[in-house]
Amino acid sequence: MLVGLEHYLMLSAILFSIGLYGALAKRNAIVILMSIELMLNAVNIAMVAFSSYIVPELLTGQVFALFIMVVAAAEVAVGLAIIIAIYRHYETIDATRIDLMKW
Amino acid sequence: MILAALAVVLLRNVFRVALSLVLCLLAVAGIYITLSADFLAAVQVLIYVGAISVVIILAIMLTRDVQWGSPSGRLRVPAFLVALLFLAVVGFAVIFTPWQLAGVAPLEPTTSALAIKLFGEGGFILAVEVAAVLLLAAILGAIVLVREK
Repeated sequence: MLVGLEHYLMLSAILFSIGLYGALAKRNAIVILMSIELMLNAVNIAMVAFSSYIVPELLTGQVFALFIMVVAAAEVAVGLAIIIAIYRHYETIDATRIDLMKW
Repeated sequence: MILAALAVVLLRNVFRVALSLVLCLLAVAGIYITLSADFLAAVQVLIYVGAISVVIILAIMLTRDVQWGSPSGRLRVPAFLVALLFLAVVGFAVIFTPWQLAGVAPLEPTTSALAIKLFGEGGFILAVEVAAVLLLAAILGAIVLVREK
């Protein structure tokens, strides 16, 4: 079977769904962050697949994937710093027990 | 690869979750290679497998919640339904959209072409500058956030 654009897009959709489930259902803040990484990677796969199947000469999708990687790196740095600061303050990283901003 | 991604959301030991995330990111790098995006594959291995996974494992060790594990919250069933619904909608869109494939073989060594695209005439040079500022701000913010009072 020849691997086409649809297969890459379905792989990307499955990865994104798994990441979405993890980000919504998990209670450990670090696991939520990892699920968000999964979702960003799924989007990257879709970008690169579109780039190489639809506009193979332009590489715009790959440029976008690069910028997504930059933003993901920044997000991980800040997110983990926030998690560590919260852990110092509350001694927990349970997302259901961090309720400072709930009314 | 999908198995590794499932392990990320299903395993209970946080450290094993991080390791399966690393496996999944490596598989994504392989997917990039099959899509003839060689530079992106190298960057994926360097940034995700090299840097981000180390930072995540460091944070896991700093928070010492490995024994506590990663249980699911009360929203488990709705989250599963939402994910399934999303998968169904996107799958429907993917299957029933008539993609206009170019049919041309993609550029093989992408590094120099990407550099021209990023820094060349009419490229993304402003976005590159903004990304650099964003990274600087993120690093400064992380340092400020974790600094001892």
